[in-house]
Amino acid sequence: MTTADLALHGSPHAPPRGLMRWLTTTNHKDIGTMYLVFSLVMFFVGGAMILLVRAELFQPGMQMMQPELFNQLIGVHALVMIFMALMPAATGFANWMIPLMIGAPDMALPRLNNWSFWLLPPAAALLLMPFALALFGVGSGAIATGWTFYAPLSVQDGMGLDFAILAIHLLGISSVMGSINIVVTVFNLRAPGMTFMKLPLFVWGWLITAFMLIAVIPVLAGAVTMLLTDRHFGTHFFNAAGGGDPILFQHLFWFFGHPEVYIVLFPVWGLTPHILSAFARKPVYGYRAQVYAFWVIGILSVIVWGHHIMTSGMSTGALLYFMYSTMSISLPLSVLFFCWIATIWRGAMTFEAPMLFALGMIVLFGIGGLTGLVLADAAADAQYHHSYFVVAHFHYTLFAGGIMGIMAGVYFWLPKMTGHMIDEILAKWHFWLTAIAFNLTFLPQFFVGLAGMPRRVPDYALQFAEFNMLSSIGAFVLGAAQLLFLIVVVKCIRGGPPAPAKVWEGAEGLEWTVPSPPPHHTFQTRPVIGE
Amino acid sequence: MSETEQGYYVPDSSPYPALLAGGMFVLALGFALQINDEPVGRWFMIAAAALIGYVLFGWFGSVIAENQAGRFLRWEDRSFRWGMAWFIASEVMFFAAFFGTLFYLRNISVPELGETQLIWPGYRGTWPTSGPAGQPFTPMAAWGIPALNTLILLSSAVSVTWAHWGLLKQRRAQLIGGLALTIALGCLFLGFQAYEYHHAYTEMGLNLGAGVYGATFFMLTGFHGLHVTIGAIGLAAVLGRAIKGHFTPDNHFGFEGVAWYWHFVDVVWLMLFVFVYWM
Amino acid sequence: MSARRAISMLLGGLAVFGPASARASLDWNLPPPATPLALDTLHVHNTFMVITLTIFVLVFAIMIYSIVVHRKSRNHEPAAFTGPGTAAQIFWTLIPFLILVFIDFIVMGIPAYHSVEVMQDTRTDADMVVKVTGSQWKWQYEYPEEGIKLVSSLATPRAQLDGQAAKGEHYLREVDNPLVLPVGKKVRILLTSTDVIHTWWVPQFGTKRDAIPGFIRETWATIAQPGVYRGQCAELCGTGHAFMPVVVQAVMEPEYRQWVAQKKAEQSAQAASAQRTWSRDELMKHGQEIYAKVCAVCHQPNGQGIPGTFPALAGSKLVNGPLLDAAGRLVKDGHLDRVMNGKPGTAMQAFKATLSDSDIAAVVTFERNSFGNKMGDLVQPAQVKAVR
Ligand code: HEA
Ligand code: HEA
Ligand code: HEC
Ligand code: CUA
Ligand SMILES: [Cu+2]
Repeated sequence: MTTADLALHGSPHAPPRGLMRWLTTTNHKDIGTMYLVFSLVMFFVGGAMILLVRAELFQPGMQMMQPELFNQLIGVHALVMIFMALMPAATGFANWMIPLMIGAPDMALPRLNNWSFWLLPPAAALLLMPFALALFGVGSGAIATGWTFYAPLSVQDGMGLDFAILAIHLLGISSVMGSINIVVTVFNLRAPGMTFMKLPLFVWGWLITAFMLIAVIPVLAGAVTMLLTDRHFGTHFFNAAGGGDPILFQHLFWFFGHPEVYIVLFPVWGLTPHILSAFARKPVYGYRAQVYAFWVIGILSVIVWGHHIMTSGMSTGALLYFMYSTMSISLPLSVLFFCWIATIWRGAMTFEAPMLFALGMIVLFGIGGLTGLVLADAAADAQYHHSYFVVAHFHYTLFAGGIMGIMAGVYFWLPKMTGHMIDEILAKWHFWLTAIAFNLTFLPQFFVGLAGMPRRVPDYALQFAEFNMLSSIGAFVLGAAQLLFLIVVVKCIRGGPPAPAKVWEGAEGLEWTVPSPPPHHTFQTRPVIGE
Repeated sequence: MSETEQGYYVPDSSPYPALLAGGMFVLALGFALQINDEPVGRWFMIAAAALIGYVLFGWFGSVIAENQAGRFLRWEDRSFRWGMAWFIASEVMFFAAFFGTLFYLRNISVPELGETQLIWPGYRGTWPTSGPAGQPFTPMAAWGIPALNTLILLSSAVSVTWAHWGLLKQRRAQLIGGLALTIALGCLFLGFQAYEYHHAYTEMGLNLGAGVYGATFFMLTGFHGLHVTIGAIGLAAVLGRAIKGHFTPDNHFGFEGVAWYWHFVDVVWLMLFVFVYWM
Repeated sequence: MSARRAISMLLGGLAVFGPASARASLDWNLPPPATPLALDTLHVHNTFMVITLTIFVLVFAIMIYSIVVHRKSRNHEPAAFTGPGTAAQIFWTLIPFLILVFIDFIVMGIPAYHSVEVMQDTRTDADMVVKVTGSQWKWQYEYPEEGIKLVSSLATPRAQLDGQAAKGEHYLREVDNPLVLPVGKKVRILLTSTDVIHTWWVPQFGTKRDAIPGFIRETWATIAQPGVYRGQCAELCGTGHAFMPVVVQAVMEPEYRQWVAQKKAEQSAQAASAQRTWSRDELMKHGQEIYAKVCAVCHQPNGQGIPGTFPALAGSKLVNGPLLDAAGRLVKDGHLDRVMNGKPGTAMQAFKATLSDSDIAAVVTFERNSFGNKMGDLVQPAQVKAVR
């Protein structure tokens, strides 16, 4: 072993084996894998919860559960899906891919990286534990306010809410530390010649995500801290009797909450062009335009939060401001859509599973985005707000845009990570079943929402029955389809045809120059980027 | 760029991060139980605090040892600097949430409550206030202890910079003296603040429950005080290392990280002085 | 599933939100508007849906064309361009962008601006005021000019919820006392709440506004046609959120006058009855009604509550404790005190705001002598009045 190697690894000790390896690892690939596995597990946990909900909503009347449990399930579903399925999946990719893409030896702060991950299981435990405690007669179950924590309902709620607040704190620390790590890695560990304007778009997407996280997560932390003191230490931030204002909480929450929706999608928007270009065998179109669009969306994201609280009684000026600023986000997004389509335009496309998911994501997210534009209209929002129309909108963005985008990434990169090709046939089945069942689940929710069905209700009037039944059937098919995903992933980890270094014919970038799977420590000598 | 030849230092596997996460889990769990009247929580918290203390010593200790062993060169040093800078940025946003709250309450919700005569007849809606149904209290005046504390913190910023000069010019006495002085000023600040809190609680009717004035006052100054405490502990650690002679003019990130933090805490205080005490 | 619904769903799937669906009686679009505001919203909504749908079809037609034509299996040779190269190409990429700017801020922006103006104009030429107060989980309506108050809560029997009885036509959207409003008058609606945030929503009025504790919000409605309009609370407000309907009965002006006169008479009769001494049976009977209507949602019909969330009244120390001290004053944290003043920060609200003296006297008497509680004493409305 040469001295240079020594400097690289620290010391020649072999890493511990078994569970200890995972608990103590500082390797970006190990940590990335843990993020991805955790995310997969939590996706099923969150999905199983909402399947219970959809079963209750299958027909009018109270069949399976009391409203208390129902309210807990929807809020925990949302928190689990967003914070423990979608965000960790994206962070897992970041850990795996950013060092490979920019030619870095590892993440810049490896121990911090491990800490960021290991904060997640405790957070999940805190969030879910009240369900179990309630069975033993301690407390009244998990957070029952929806994922938005609105005061004063959240001041009234039981101990599950305190657990959720503390879970949010741990998640927040994890996200901020993870983001710092990513920013530092990108700033400091790029290979010579890898200038900012050569960074792969996935890295750009994550860089902006990290900036947004650093900016908005602390505000959420502050907001839930105030909630905690209102609950237990006698403050009056959100209580009019003491001069406070419940709407203040909503402003603080959505100052975080709106950027959050882009936080979960930026990594996907970053990786989409990689997939499109690989399977169209054609370079990315409009690289610079996409980078600038990222910046514009990132900046706009922190000034439009008011569109979530348009019925709270803001002044006319505020309504108009939030309406127009929200509408303007469609412009940079149209740039992204334009570039995506121009990337496949006149290419030579093939349609392997990653490509199918990427294309499906674009079409379905298009529906989510365009309905978002309609929601932005302050007057008509009075009709949509807190109705199932909004639920449909955000599943078209979060599930179709987020989860399907992540799945495209999984199929795209899994062969690189495991060294085995995926089962294309099963993966294609997974795609078509998911796409069809997804629409069956959520398209009816647009109609039922327009017709006047509010969200977060365990029971509803008879006129909504048919659409809800369709939606529930769709949800169960959708859930079953995800079992296929599980099978494909497990099969690919356990074996399969070996994958070459360049897994996909048209794929470009540093990550495709190293073997599949890459060695534990990748760039022992730094690659130099040409031109 | 000669340092690129040498490779980046990637530390070995370490038990500390996962232990720290575990400790924080137990701490959070204990706290949640404690505030919900489940007294077992206290024991969880005590155990967790011990674990976290152990981890912090171990983790920072190993980083310092690696540094002394010459593992960290310019490349790694830059990572630490960027990391610290972005960490402070996130802290800025944490305080921004509370300042935003203060502005919102003062300029939007309290005046609006003053106009809501249908519900709060006779309420004037002027700042400082403990709200339409709040208790009477005396607001904190700016030109007594707070002004003195401003002076103290400003001088501590000077003294820490003076210590830095000492470090750069390899004047050991100036380094150690400057650090010691800074810590002393920090403690003096905290002492005054404790006195001020005591006075507020016992004589001015000003407490956490004193409506939005009390809530914003104590949360803003309290979180600031907490940061001063953390900064002072950091400075003490740096002082210890300075006495051991760990720092050289071109390798002293530990010192600078804490110094940045100290300046950040200082700037927050200036904002507090202007917006909480003075205006 | 009825044939009509099946067809309407099919059509809905095809035409999604197209102008055909503006025939709003089919329920894949907004319900038929009953106020100028709702009409305006419907127009804006339909326009926007057509615009976005057109964009969707255009954009994805291009994409699908590409997917069909530019594929390897058709031996299509990949091009290598990475951006608009020539000035002409730059021009042609800018054009769609400018069209989108135009659509965003002119085609959509201007009508949206006008409907915001309409929505926010609650005061000009208002004919009357109604104050709406949300509480967990009922609405209280107050006509300040007439001095009338009424409490409106869910009228669907529990058996229908639990599937033990057939569900009625207006399942979950029926109340005991609807809000009665005259047709053709501009009603200014003031909103507030006693506990958490609720949202007052009648889809056919095009209004949705939050009711925020400690603050007043407002909206308005000028109802065009007599009829019954149904909606419900739209902000998650705890366990009873789904069971907090809003029902508005719009009537012609003379009918409205008549209703007001009748309500006034009822209220003075009630005030009078609070003066007299009630018999035990009267109190128990009235108390049972009030309990079933108001308290049972939380404390459950059998008084057992829901462990961890709502305390049981059966065997409760509070209920089986003192009410009034020797001087007739409220015992702090006693049974009557809890019912009248609630417990701040919990779902137990101050019922003196919504219940009359006789209601409170009756329900307290009922609780003390039911569910196995055997206090044997009773409270008179006059006693309640004295400690208000
Ligand atoms: C990943 C998640 C995600 C994403 C990307 C978005 C994207 C957008 N969202 Fe969405 N939204 C949510 C998740 C998301 N949203 C969630 C979770 C909620 C509910 C939270 C809760 O209450 O619980 C919500 C709620 C929500 C509301 C509040 C509704 C209400 O409660 O009353 C509004 C209102 O303006 C809104 C608007 C928008 C807009 C304008 C966009 C834009 O970014 C969309 C831009 C995209 C496009 C416009 C389409 C693509 C472009 C083209 C095809 C080119 C041509 C187009 C034109 C220029 C017209 N969203
Ligand atoms: C990333 C975010 C995300 C994702 C992926 C999803 C996924 C899904 N969501 Fe979610 N949802 C939200 C975010 C998300 N949701 C948010 C933010 C809310 C708002 C909450 C609030 O109001 O506060 C919400 C609310 C919400 C509601 C409204 C509840 C209400 O208002 O009353 C509904 C109703 O249909 C719903 C349905 C679904 C369905 C059917 C899926 C499906 O896509 C799920 C797919 C199914 C599976 C993945 C299940 C697979 C599991 C099995 C097959 C079982 C096997 C089990 C084991 C192995 C343990 N969601
Ligand atoms: C919105 C839910 C809700 C409704 C409606 C409600 N209560 Fe309660 N009630 C509660 C809660 C929650 C508590 C527990 C308060 C606490 O934490 O002490 C409570 C406590 C009580 C207690 C004290 C019980 C004890 O042992 O501490 C009494 C008595 C009571 N309610 C009577 C009533 C009566 C009478 C009504 C109807 C007029 C009523 N409640 C309606 C939620 C409700
Ligand atoms: Cu009241 Cu929901
Ligand atoms: Cu938003």
